[in-house]
Amino acid sequence: MELYNNIEKIREQFPALTQRVNNRELVYFDNGATAQKPVGVISLLNEMNSGVNGNIHRAVHELSARSTILYEGARDAVKLFINAGDRGEIIFTSGTTASINLVANSFTSTFINKGDVILLTEAEHHSNLVPWQMACSRSGAELRFLPVDEHGNWRMDLLDQLLDKRVKLVSAAHISNVLGIINPVKQLIDKAHSAGAKVLIDGAQGVVHTEVDVKELDCDFYVFSGHKLYGPTGTGILYGKKNLLEEMVPWMGGGDMVGSVSLEKFSFAELPLKFEAGTPNFIGAAALGEAIKFMNSIDKGFAEKHEKEIISFIIRELSKIEGIRIYGLGENKISLFSFNIEGIHPSDLAILLNKMGVAVRSGMMCCEPLMSRYGVTGMVRASLAVYNTMKEAEIFIESVKRGVRMLS
Amino acid sequence: MTIKEVEQQIVEEFSIFTDWLDKYEYIIELGKSLPIINEKGKDEKNLIKGCQSRVWLAADYIDGKIYFTADSDAIITKGIISLLVRVFSGRTPQEIIDADLLFIKEIGLEENLSPTRANGLLSMIRQIKFYAVAFAANKNS
Repeated sequence: MELYNNIEKIREQFPALTQRVNNRELVYFDNGATAQKPVGVISLLNEMNSGVNGNIHRAVHELSARSTILYEGARDAVKLFINAGDRGEIIFTSGTTASINLVANSFTSTFINKGDVILLTEAEHHSNLVPWQMACSRSGAELRFLPVDEHGNWRMDLLDQLLDKRVKLVSAAHISNVLGIINPVKQLIDKAHSAGAKVLIDGAQGVVHTEVDVKELDCDFYVFSGHKLYGPTGTGILYGKKNLLEEMVPWMGGGDMVGSVSLEKFSFAELPLKFEAGTPNFIGAAALGEAIKFMNSIDKGFAEKHEKEIISFIIRELSKIEGIRIYGLGENKISLFSFNIEGIHPSDLAILLNKMGVAVRSGMMCCEPLMSRYGVTGMVRASLAVYNTMKEAEIFIESVKRGVRMLS
Repeated sequence: MTIKEVEQQIVEEFSIFTDWLDKYEYIIELGKSLPIINEKGKDEKNLIKGCQSRVWLAADYIDGKIYFTADSDAIITKGIISLLVRVFSGRTPQEIIDADLLFIKEIGLEENLSPTRANGLLSMIRQIKFYAVAFAANKNS
């Protein structure tokens, strides 16, 4: 297969990018929230909704068989994409949040007791914080936090003292949705394992911007969403090591997750279905397979070089703005930039950027504790994807400058 | 002037702006004007916390009319607030309860009232209506 090494060819795959917003060409820089969809994904969604729609696994009729093949085919595509060892290790969920909640319920009920500790970092998304707060109130376990430094880097020097014998699970983002730095997850995983703790990696941003190999990482769980990975909304993945998933008790019961059922009791289905109670979003999951095809069709060397050029351009140009502070700076920066400009409220700037056709995020980014850490009530965030161009980066910079002029 | 008439006046003021830029420059100007709430009014009790911006709203009930003062940490929000205060302040509870606020749509600012998570402005309008209902109930009891 020929790989895409040309930005125009990549953009042609995304009909949403050609629209105009507020009378201007759309510059879509809110990919950290959700990415646009390539034609392969859109076509499969349409095709299944208008024809190949039969409930999976159960029926013997043709439509069911075709849906099942597409659904299970997507599972195989995900398995290869993150280099999992077994298709039973890939659980379809509705997104990163659902995947974390699954582990926070099923892992906690099986392995976490009163007095145990769950270690997070202070830069986690609410989705990787609140489920653990809830798990702790159920189990009597405690939360502990690895701090981040001024530039958003994990304080790895403090890790050893935090990782005592009470820590049973560590859960941390591969890449923070605010800071955009690739965290030293391999180091974290190795240290946690030596201390006897299991590790969940929140890959919502990480799977989009890095090549994930769960075997090499050796994480116990890796979770991500489909919709940030150019796939449909309402799709997500929980990767878990087979031995752990086998021991864990599902937190949701229903159809498809059972072996046999009597009026009194039931037995579990084999992995992965054990954790997929009820009719899943099988059309979405199948289309996630198409999103992975798209990911595989990109020339990685080209994409990396392209992203690096844009990152250094945006950092250089933003830094020239008086009073700016960029949160999250370092060697391993991805094309995601959260910032504040002295005297300018983030929502004011985002409103004006929208009027100029530039879509960014403003506010707390579902990271209220991190906002408090930096003493702010919000930030502006520009997050780019593989289809964004240098020209768009220039428009973004010009628009920010114009917004700043209007507001100061 | 009735609430409707003040709304109509604002619609007319905004009708001279054909470009969004001029419209927002005007709102920013309104936002930069003197604080519309005194510092002691900016306490926790009057704070409406939103994901995007924070809004402070205080209400005083004098001789059957409600007087609002408000502020925000975001200038555009503050500009729009000053319009709302102009429309609502010094009105009876019933006038406020009956107001439909269609002028916000007519001047093309409805996008600022989209129900994003805990949008301060939207919560503020809800709070204004809530004060009106509360003062009306108080009067009748």
